[in-house]
Amino acid sequence: MADVLTFTDRGIYCPAGDFYIDPWRPVPRALITHAHSDHARWGMDSYLSTPGTAAVMRHRLGDIAVETIAYGAQQQIGDAVVSFHPAGHVPGSAQIRIAVKGQVWVVSGDYKTVDDGLSEPFDPVPCHAFISECTFGLPIFNWTPQDILRDQINRWWADCATSGKTAILGAYALGKAQRLLRLVDPAIGPILTHGAVENTNEVLRAQGIALPATIRVDATVTGKTHPGALVLATPSALGTTWAKRFGPSSTAFASGWMALRGVRRRRAADRGFIVSDHADWAGLNAAIKATGAEKIFVTHGYTSAFQRWLADQGYDAHVVSTDYQGEDFDSSEDAA
Amino acid sequence: MKAFAALFAQLDESTKTSVKVAAMADYFRNAPDQDKLWTAALFTGRRPKRVITASKLRLWAAEVAGLPDWLFEESYSIVGDLAETIALVLPAPGQISDESLTYWIMRLRELGLQDEAARKAGIIAAWDSLPHAERFLFTKLLTGGFRIGISAKLMTRALALATGQPEPELTHKLMGNWTPDSVTWHSLIQAEDPTADQSRPYPFYLAYGLEGLDSLGPPADWSAERKWDGIRGQFILRGGSHYLWSRGEDLMTDRFPELAQLCDALPDGTVIDGEVLAFADEAPLPFAALQKRIGRKTVPRKLLAEAPVILMAYDLLEQDGHDIRSLPFAERRGRLADIVARVSTRAPLRLSPQVTFTTWAELAAERAKSRDLGAEGLMLKRHDSPYLAGRKKGDWWKWKVDPLTIDAVMIYAQAGSGRRANLFTDYTFAVRDGDALVPFTKAYSGLTDAEFRQITAWVRKNTLQKFGPVRQVPPLHVFEIAFEGINESPRHKSGVALRFPRMLRWRQDKPVAEANTLADLQEMLRLYG
Repeated sequence: MADVLTFTDRGIYCPAGDFYIDPWRPVPRALITHAHSDHARWGMDSYLSTPGTAAVMRHRLGDIAVETIAYGAQQQIGDAVVSFHPAGHVPGSAQIRIAVKGQVWVVSGDYKTVDDGLSEPFDPVPCHAFISECTFGLPIFNWTPQDILRDQINRWWADCATSGKTAILGAYALGKAQRLLRLVDPAIGPILTHGAVENTNEVLRAQGIALPATIRVDATVTGKTHPGALVLATPSALGTTWAKRFGPSSTAFASGWMALRGVRRRRAADRGFIVSDHADWAGLNAAIKATGAEKIFVTHGYTSAFQRWLADQGYDAHVVSTDYQGEDFDSSEDAA
Repeated sequence: MKAFAALFAQLDESTKTSVKVAAMADYFRNAPDQDKLWTAALFTGRRPKRVITASKLRLWAAEVAGLPDWLFEESYSIVGDLAETIALVLPAPGQISDESLTYWIMRLRELGLQDEAARKAGIIAAWDSLPHAERFLFTKLLTGGFRIGISAKLMTRALALATGQPEPELTHKLMGNWTPDSVTWHSLIQAEDPTADQSRPYPFYLAYGLEGLDSLGPPADWSAERKWDGIRGQFILRGGSHYLWSRGEDLMTDRFPELAQLCDALPDGTVIDGEVLAFADEAPLPFAALQKRIGRKTVPRKLLAEAPVILMAYDLLEQDGHDIRSLPFAERRGRLADIVARVSTRAPLRLSPQVTFTTWAELAAERAKSRDLGAEGLMLKRHDSPYLAGRKKGDWWKWKVDPLTIDAVMIYAQAGSGRRANLFTDYTFAVRDGDALVPFTKAYSGLTDAEFRQITAWVRKNTLQKFGPVRQVPPLHVFEIAFEGINESPRHKSGVALRFPRMLRWRQDKPVAEANTLADLQEMLRLYG
């Protein structure tokens, strides 16, 4: 029997439906799991995604031909039937299910299994073959439970506020930043946002996602005008002249990589919060088990170790090389 | 342990000295005395002995975590620290304990006395009762590898804030032979008499590298002597017993038994700052001779004959039991000269000769002779300078000779550990020999973090072969390697061993064909070895 999906130098391809999933080179038809830039690239003739992903893609990629599909709705493309299912990664993110002649394959995109209170929660999809990311596919990655995380961040912010410091938190602009916004306690002080974060906030608010009130940082906003503030910024903005306007400050990063002491120390922030929109070790293993799939393809992350682990567990496991970065170690230096 | 773990986290994560000092001061104000004592001990390198081998710990941790050994090893190679890897992979603790730091240190000592089965059960039970940060620290202590990037100077500053005592006094109190078993917090820190311990050394006065001759003022204000290339040491003779301390506060008395002769030659109540040098026929032997004696607790007779040592005296800190560090250097030096003059030249003691000069140009010419004399350069000391504690600017300067340099090709890279885990920072370098490349040294410092990141990204994309943690890379990048000395070494393929090799700069302008050759290296060995 022919494979439902093949792996090409343009991306994951479905011969039965003649479409690509998250391709990294221009193709006629692209199905997009989510709007992060390593998955949703510019230059496709047509796009198919969830409405949430489409809204952010339009904001990021401009005038593109995008068709939307609701979670769970089935659409016939050629000889394939496709449907999108929540991946729990960021708002609008999806796993894509492809059925061809009774064979069901699922592409996970990026996902996490815990409910972050913002994204549509991950929904396991039974399948014969599962293509899974494994950004954090080693047993050293075990995320802090969300309620403990909330206490850690709020306590840090409150301590900063009482000691006259601005709390500057670096987090990825789509997903992570809004997740954190819903976690923090607005009673502690004003919440200021970097332009890149606020732009995404606007797109998400327009879709009806409730976020606490935020103030966009412009030339008039400083540490003096908004004492006791929390600043949500992209990681690359920390330590720049932009950040100097806030005066005495404490800096923190929010990333899965903060689980590693070496990375925390190298980033030279005052605090590191362990929070990721990718599945941790337990999450990856649970998600894979829940699919009931026998054949597993692993992409981006600790692929060779994770593949060997899965093979040890009795799966027919393979490594697929892709251009996705996930929450990559190198890019963790910029965009964790 | 919770408070200690919180302190550790603050020190570990912050890059701001003020934050670190405040965190330590806070801890020293509030922790129980016994925990403070252990903290001061740990921060000054007084670690409990290793309780268990690293290989046993890995096996047990992998077993508890339900991981195959290879996956544990894979994880370890990413984390770069064994205790951290263990703390990360173990399942969440069951019943959380709230015992003190001292409790856990006593517990691990007990474990050290038990048989292996009991030890294993005890360690696993401890892991199961400690949250992540504490589990990490406990495991660090188990491996005997507890280290923290806090200088004694910084800790002393925090202690001064917490206790209201002056820093120099605390520095002195914290030196010497104490362990948390031999003293109490009260006797160590709060008691008045810091000389209660007769072995206690004075804090070493350390110099910074010279920034420029212009700021020094008239040459007549300065005394110059050679900077000898041995081991800086403080020789103490009190109450008929002698002690030899290294700058790193290691007691080295037994390693250099010949210095015992000085007990009869010097008056009691004498403390001399000097350099332990391998020395024969009134000239220093190369550092390599002394190196054979470093790390040996006992010295075979043959080695004693091959590499006899002397104390090259720089300064007198105590005379007739009186602390004379506040006297001007010229006065101390005069008294030192008198003392040394009364000792037979058969005894292993010399006065470090002064280098006479009237102009800076003359002194520069003297500095140029350093390598031929077996010295690292010159020391400049202001005639009226007191003997200060720690590294201070102004009165003393070291003026080292420029390092030797060679352009070499990077051929292997290895990830660092700790702060540098996941960055390729440890490189092996080769020189050209015809078409072949001959490895001759490793180096892992001297580049900026940005350069290390750039090279790390390149190594990841250009790995030819992996040998465990070591990656072979194409010989493309040339680095200028600086080093302080070169010796013959039959153990190395290249036949040479370098002292203090480090990367001076990344020569992105140089192709491999312009890197130095094995013949160049051999010529350097002939000239400077």
